[in-house]
Formats: sequence, C-alpha cells, structure tokens
Amino acid sequence: MSFENNISEPGENVIEINHLEKSFNGLTVLKDISLYLKRSENVVVLGKSGIGKSVLIKCIVGLIQPDSGSLKVFGKEVSEMNAKELNNLRTKVGFIFQGNALYDSMTVRENLEFPLRRNKILKDKKEIEGLIVDALENVGLLDAMDKMPAELSGGMKKRIGLARTLILKPEIILYDEPTTGLDPLTSKEISNLILKIQTKYKASSIVITHDLNCAKITSNRMLILQDGVFLAKGTFEELQNSDNEWVRSFFEMA
Amino acid sequence: MQKNLTNNSLNNFFIELGGLTRFTLQFFRELFRPPYEHKEFLRQAYQVGLNTLPLISITAFIMGLVLTLQSKPVMAEFGAEYWLPGMVSVSIVREIGPVITALICAGKIGSGIGAELGSMRVTEQIDAMEVSGTNPIKYLVVTRVLATTFMIPILVFYADAISFYGSYLAVNLQDFLSLPLFLNLAFDPLHFNDLMPATIKTFFFGFAIGIIGCYKGYYAQNGTEGVGKAANSAVVISSLVIFIMDLIAVQLADLFNVFIR
Repeated sequence: MSFENNISEPGENVIEINHLEKSFNGLTVLKDISLYLKRSENVVVLGKSGIGKSVLIKCIVGLIQPDSGSLKVFGKEVSEMNAKELNNLRTKVGFIFQGNALYDSMTVRENLEFPLRRNKILKDKKEIEGLIVDALENVGLLDAMDKMPAELSGGMKKRIGLARTLILKPEIILYDEPTTGLDPLTSKEISNLILKIQTKYKASSIVITHDLNCAKITSNRMLILQDGVFLAKGTFEELQNSDNEWVRSFFEMA
Repeated sequence: MQKNLTNNSLNNFFIELGGLTRFTLQFFRELFRPPYEHKEFLRQAYQVGLNTLPLISITAFIMGLVLTLQSKPVMAEFGAEYWLPGMVSVSIVREIGPVITALICAGKIGSGIGAELGSMRVTEQIDAMEVSGTNPIKYLVVTRVLATTFMIPILVFYADAISFYGSYLAVNLQDFLSLPLFLNLAFDPLHFNDLMPATIKTFFFGFAIGIIGCYKGYYAQNGTEGVGKAANSAVVISSLVIFIMDLIAVQLADLFNVFIR
C-alpha cells in the first residue's frame, strides 16, 4: 500500500518518486515508495530508527542507487544522469547529515569555503568571505568562524552543517535526523531554524526524523514509513488522530 | 567445519582481491581525468614527508650503525675490514634501505591513511564531499596514492644517506677513516644495476602503501571499530605486499643482471 501514487500536477513537483525499491543483501528496506515534494514545501518522513528513512534521501542525491522504480528531481531521472549532471543536481540539493559530517581537518571557515571553491561558484576572496559571514550569521554562529569542528558542541555542529549547505543556496534541502542527539531546547532551536530557512530561502525540504516535536514544528505534510512502505500520510494533527491504531500508538508512545 | 572455514577464508581473500583490483582501476581512471588536484597532492606529499622524517631518520641512522658494528668482527676475522663500507652500502642501497623505509611508511603512513579515510567514511564526510560536487576518489585517493608513490623513493634516498652516516660513525668508533675515503669505499662497489632496480621498486612500494591504505579506509564499516580494523589491515596487508613485491623485484633484478652481462 502506498499513499503517494497519485502525483499532482507534474510541473509543480521538484521531486517525484514512483514505486522505488531498495534491498541490501536480500533484505528489502524500501518496498514500494512513492512520494512527491512541491516547491517551498516541508515534508517530514517519520518512522522508527533503522527502517530505511536515510536510504530514501540518499537515493535522491545519488549516494545510493535504487533497485527499481523512478526517481525524478527537477523532472530528470537521477539514475540516467551522467557525472556532470549529477554534480549540477547536487549543487541544487543540500544534504544535512545525521552526524553533521563536518570535515575534521578543516576550520569552520574552510568547511564553508569547500563547496564554493569545489563548484567554482565564486573565485573572488571578498565575495566568498561575504557569503561565509552571511551563512554564519543566518545560523547565529559568526564567532565560530575560525574554530575547528572538535571545539564545537553538538548543536553548534548542526548549525554549521546547515550553514555549509545553505551557502550554495540549494532549492531542495534533505535533512537526515536533524535533531538526533540534541537536548530538547537545542532540538527546538534547530527545528525553528529549519522553518526559518523554508521561509527565507523558499527551499523545499524533506525532513527525516523520529522526533515528533521536530515533525510538528517543521512539517507541512507528513508521511509515516513502516516496513518499507508509507503507512499513513497527512498533517501532524490528522496523523495524531488517525484511525490506524499503529500510527496513533506511535504518537502516544512519543 | 574446517573445510567451511577454509572456503570462507578463500572467498574473503578473492573478494578483497577483486575489490582492490576494481579500486585500483578506478584510481587509474580518475588519475588521467581533469581537473587535477595539484594543491591537495602537494599538501599530501608534504604531510607524507614531514610525518615520517623523524622516524626514518632515527631508524636509518641506527640501521647503518648497527649493521656496521655487527658486520665488523666477521669482516675483521677474514681481514676484510677494508670492504666493510662497501658491503654495508650495497646491503643498504639494494635491500635494507628500501624495505625498512617502506615498512616504516606502511606503519606510519598506511595506517594514517586507513584511519583518516576510515573515520571520514563512518562519519559520512566522504558522502558530504560527494554531495558537495567533489569526486572523493580524485580528491582523497588519487592525491594520497600519488603522494606516497613519489615521496617514498625520496624518503628511501634520504634513509640511505642517513644510514651511510650511521655506518661512518660506527667505523670511526674504534678506528679512524676519513669521510671522503669512507664514501669512496662505500660507493665503489655500487653500480647502476644496484641502484636502478632498488629505486624502481620503491615506487611500487609507495603505490602499494597508498592504494591499500586508501582502499581499506574508503570501504571502512561499522563505526569506530571499523576505523581501527581499516588502519590495522592497511598496515598488515601493505607490509605483506611489500615483501612479496621485494621477492619479485629481486628475481627480476637478477634476470636483468644476467641479461646485461
């Protein structure tokens, strides 16, 4: 059973996934996944840990190849893209990793410079500096510019990870468990930041989480992943009062 | 049960060998494809040289000193002390210098690369690099393998020179031999066919250390435990490969010598 089969007007969707399947060593993680993401929309994919939520978004940026099904980003099939097209796509799709994935050997400034220099977006030092300052101001960490990642707290690392993604001004942002391992207060701050980014950058986002508070704050629409398929969809309130007992229990337990 | 274990070990061996071959082919594919990562290559070459220099200096010095001190009584017994610098220099240049330096580098650089790439893999830094439009094979692997391939021969020459100095001091502990005379005696028995195969094999040693370290690190799994395993197996496998390569190099050098005679 998959709830997202009927994709709305194709022109509006920045991501369209149809009947996606992925297995690892004979274990099917994603069975029949269909999903769409509209412009400036935040979709939250909720589910227990280890059921393949991260696999889904890694397929979107081509880090994992799906076994079958269709996965289109900006109308183009990801599996048919060559290396150059995939690189172009990756400059438009930001990815926030669960463990932040900041480069240990680089300062915060160098971490932020890295995607700019690699993609040859700007060559002028002043322009690069301006963008770095802007990105760090957006996440409220301008004074951490010359620190090493090891000197930062979990919440600060998360913010720097966000800043590094935002510096390329992506049209889509994929968040992999953005609040995992953070205290409730910092989790709320990060969730609010995600919402602020949606408003400020008009970016579309898929937020992978099992944190209901984060889902409540950030979602326009939610999907619940269970046993490789989307079990339910709707807004936070709709799912909270769902007829499905399992879905309701998920909310109650949390 | 014993048979199953043997089969599993054989399977794993061939899986690893297949993986390493594929990885090496990927390295060569990316090596010639622009853009070229000059800056990162120079940074890595600097790191490889700088990180191993103190260790190689001490080891090479002791190697030359000990080899001379140990050989001296035997040579004296045959009245061949005069040949001591020549014997030590041939041993160092042909065999001990390249192999010991390569083994030190396998321990220091190979494990470092395995651990660095391994931790980058398990903390998703390699994935982050890929999604920010950077080819990690080109940026991380090609630069490191080239750095080890070109730096290890230089380090071997350096180690040979330090060993010569150690040997010179050892000779002068009890006797007196001037430096020019020592060098004359040391270089006299050295020929082109001693130096050339020894130098060529160090490029292969460097390549093996780089590619095996990168391969083990790049495919590290299972968190910090995987990082430790990657570093450890990078050292073990590259040390073993160095000995196998040395064995092949010796056979080829002998063939070469027969051919040019």
